[in-house]
Amino acid sequence: MNSKLKETILNPILKGNPITVLVLGICSSLAVTVEMKGALVMALSVTIVTGLSSLICSLLRKTIPNRVRIIIQLVVVALMVILVDQLLKSFEGTYPIDKQLSVYIGLIITNCIVMGRIEAFALGNKPIPSLLDGLANGVGYGLILLVVAFVRELFGSGTLFGLPVLSALGYVNNGLVILPPMALIILGCIIWIQRSIQKDLQEK
Amino acid sequence: MEYISLFVKSIFVDNMIFAYFLGMCSYLAVSKNVKTANGLGIAVIAVLMITIPVNYLLNKFVLQPGALSWLGESFASVDLSFLSFILFIAVIAAIVQVVEMVVEKFLPSLYSSLGIYLPLIAVNCAILGGALFMQQREFGSVGESAVYALGSGIGWYLAIVALAAIREKLSYSNVPAGLKGIGITFITVGLMGIAFMAFMGISL
Repeated sequence: MNSKLKETILNPILKGNPITVLVLGICSSLAVTVEMKGALVMALSVTIVTGLSSLICSLLRKTIPNRVRIIIQLVVVALMVILVDQLLKSFEGTYPIDKQLSVYIGLIITNCIVMGRIEAFALGNKPIPSLLDGLANGVGYGLILLVVAFVRELFGSGTLFGLPVLSALGYVNNGLVILPPMALIILGCIIWIQRSIQKDLQEK
Repeated sequence: MEYISLFVKSIFVDNMIFAYFLGMCSYLAVSKNVKTANGLGIAVIAVLMITIPVNYLLNKFVLQPGALSWLGESFASVDLSFLSFILFIAVIAAIVQVVEMVVEKFLPSLYSSLGIYLPLIAVNCAILGGALFMQQREFGSVGESAVYALGSGIGWYLAIVALAAIREKLSYSNVPAGLKGIGITFITVGLMGIAFMAFMGISL
């Protein structure tokens, strides 16, 4: 039991990473990675939403009729997203959030990771493992988000979390890295590196 | 004239895939051959064309701050905008269900070729994202929102058919083992995005 729990937590972070291996939740992961701050907010929001909605759907798993389960899952996820959105709005005075980011917070509802974990794990498992599975998948997602954001902010604006790092050394910003297509190429390279190390993931 | 410029802008400049990464999950999963990509693209255009104007009316007469003033003076201060996520997704899920039934009844051949993709459109980020961007941009009339829906649908359609055509050719080429499959697809989409950026900043 204990090793199984450990497996539940560790698997989504590397071997079964939702972004690089399962290719879920790409939409939001690319748009919010221009800077570390936005990526961190997004990673935390997704972790909270995946964890809590997996927990709730797992508690309800015996009472949800099979035919209408998608609608019920959507309602649960939408409620969690509204909670996170309202929470972020209440901190707006001290930590202002980009208008663009707020659209992508709403899009967590249709983030495939959330629905995918509910369908694949929470509906067949007890509440506590489901909660851990949801949280771990959120962390796996956030990890990739932060790596991409790190590269893009460091080489695109020469800063990290808004603090000057490379720009203090006289680095000339590379505008291409900030533009949307570079996020895809960086992600492609991350997948390449991961699959060169873990050869069993390579596609035929 | 205004409509034409909005139409062209939403196809090329604000392309759903290359500028905002919306609907990326199904975009990557269903672009293995041109025929299915074609079917999914048409379904996305149809669903966007119906859901965005409906959500526009919902936003204008129910959700916006002060939108309920047509019910009487005392409702003028009501702000229901925190409900927009859950109502938008409910409208989308319901409309997709209706479209599915209509297509099954009247166009059985199209229904069988779309298969599983039609119900999955309900959780496609492009649809919810379209609704949220519509809300954020505050369009002036239903006509404008319908033109925006048609334009973004066509942009999505063009993007998926183009990627499917490239991937069909790509399957004959010699790709490094670690990049095979999803890795090279990411890089292809990134390069296509850079090509699409030629349209950026064009004001019509």
